Amino acid sequence: MKNCEYQQIDPRTLSVSPQSAQSLGEAKRQRPRRKWEVFPGKNRFYCDGRIILARQNGVLPLTLGLIVVTCGLFFAFDCPFLVEHLTVFIPVIGGVLFVFVLSSLLRTSFTDPGILPRATTEEAADVERQIDTSGSSTYRPPPRTKEILINQQVVKLKYCFTCKMFRPPRTSHCSMCDNCVERFDHHCPWVGNCVGKRNYRFFYIFIISLSFLTSFIFGCVITHLTLRSQTGKSIIQTIQESPASVVELVICFFSIWSILGLSGFHTYLVASNLTTNEDIKGSWSSKRGAEESGNPYTYNSIITNCCATLCGPMPPSLIDRRGFVLSDEAVPVGSASRMELPPFAVKSDVNMCTPSTKDMLERMVHTSDLHCLCPPGTPKTTPLVLEVPTSAATPTEPPNSTSCSGQHSIKPAADSCALFGLGTNERDSLHSINPAFRLASPSPSLSHFALNLSDSPDLGFVPLH
Amino acid sequence: MATEFHNLQELRHSASLANKVFIQRDYSEGTTCRFQTKFPSELESRIEQTLFEDTVKTLNNYYAEAEKIGGQSYVEGCLACFTAYLIFLCMETRYEKVLKKIAKYIQEQNEKIYAPRGLLLTDPIERGMRVVEISIYEDRGSSGSSSGSSSVSGSTTR
Repeated sequence: MKNCEYQQIDPRTLSVSPQSAQSLGEAKRQRPRRKWEVFPGKNRFYCDGRIILARQNGVLPLTLGLIVVTCGLFFAFDCPFLVEHLTVFIPVIGGVLFVFVLSSLLRTSFTDPGILPRATTEEAADVERQIDTSGSSTYRPPPRTKEILINQQVVKLKYCFTCKMFRPPRTSHCSMCDNCVERFDHHCPWVGNCVGKRNYRFFYIFIISLSFLTSFIFGCVITHLTLRSQTGKSIIQTIQESPASVVELVICFFSIWSILGLSGFHTYLVASNLTTNEDIKGSWSSKRGAEESGNPYTYNSIITNCCATLCGPMPPSLIDRRGFVLSDEAVPVGSASRMELPPFAVKSDVNMCTPSTKDMLERMVHTSDLHCLCPPGTPKTTPLVLEVPTSAATPTEPPNSTSCSGQHSIKPAADSCALFGLGTNERDSLHSINPAFRLASPSPSLSHFALNLSDSPDLGFVPLH
Repeated sequence: MATEFHNLQELRHSASLANKVFIQRDYSEGTTCRFQTKFPSELESRIEQTLFEDTVKTLNNYYAEAEKIGGQSYVEGCLACFTAYLIFLCMETRYEKVLKKIAKYIQEQNEKIYAPRGLLLTDPIERGMRVVEISIYEDRGSSGSSSGSSSVSGSTTR
């Protein structure tokens, strides 16, 4: 029974193992790619995917520059005078506010705003099927909206043709970044990122602290100039004494109104649990008639709304940008032993995806894919495999590799074939001694693999026999 | 544990992917993460409805726990706010802790319930929290699902 089952499984696993070996080799040859490198949206990534920004982020340095320059001038030219004539707390307060502004600005810019990953092909196909069945009776193209009830209120979900899914409520597609962003607020060029579910609180803190900082600097500069002019000098003389203050005054004067307005507006939005996007579109405004069309997401209490938006639990990033790509060529398709090898379970912890189910699934998919893709290879190689245990060790290798390279013209394929022999040896190593060391190595890459395999304990097979 | 894991491997070896079922989100109570507990017809021959519903309900409870707005989340949020959100660099949020629990739970469910029936759950976090993906596997050798289940059960007894 046991043997029987093995016979049944063998050709399948074998048809898989070349691929797995090949992918193994590729992973060795070229660095495994992380997901941010193949991310479909228009984003830029820095620091190996830790930092995410919109592609057009040219205004962010301007924002940073304005803040840093203004504060620098303030600390250099106004603070000494004010400390002398008033109190030491002025630079202290300014410094705290400055740190707050910068840290919240950088966090807003560098945080994933809540990007929804695009649908997998299967999921897209499933959605497509649902649409087809619902709208097949009419001549016009099927409706690409879905109506759902949220807190007893009808909300329309639109289909996103880029992301191939129905956008969840409050989600909108940002044309600048080409991503669907959850609880999309707006795309802010000043911070060089979208503002959405995950970074709205940072953005709000940024706006609020910046309005405090601007007002503070504005007030201090005016006090500075007033104190100087009280000593009997004319305004012209005062300006000549501290020209930097005038620069600050101009910057603050022009920015303070928009910043104050913006923070007021966002305070209103936070208190009513709205997003800028919804407010501009007037999604829940009362002019649409029916009395039930209020905001369905509000908690009906200003304090709860504020707390939920600003102090609610921090949702996780869904795009797992530091995770490794498990695509057709890079996926370690599974021979069972590899399942438990630590090197292939390496994953960034940032988003805490479980490697197990994902890997398993991916492998499973690719196993089946591969099965369909290369049926001609399978029958030819199967007898070779059966040869391996009988003739064993060194002499088996040359015929094995030559026959394979004859079969496949491409070099990696040949490699994989040679390895495929190796894979079988690995399997048969339960009957003989581990042959990985005894193999003659026709190509350097093969010896590479041999080493690799010998390193790996055959955990998966131990319980089988 | 080892035998359970072996089970999943066995499934992978002896079965091919036949179909995928997607459990969609349930937005009726707002945008918190909840999944529909409606039993998909594709699973009828594979798994008991109660088992499926238990799984989804447990998942929903976990997500509700993660997204609960209350004292703990306020303390966490305010603490983070006062440290200019620098604390997130060195602290694990409650959401992350619950997500780890969920990952563990899904693996456990796969091993105990779903894999022996030729099914496999995918953690929703891997699909953008939009769907729970359930892959349905069929035995490669024969097209009938009954033989598939028998071969799988045979492997469990070993």
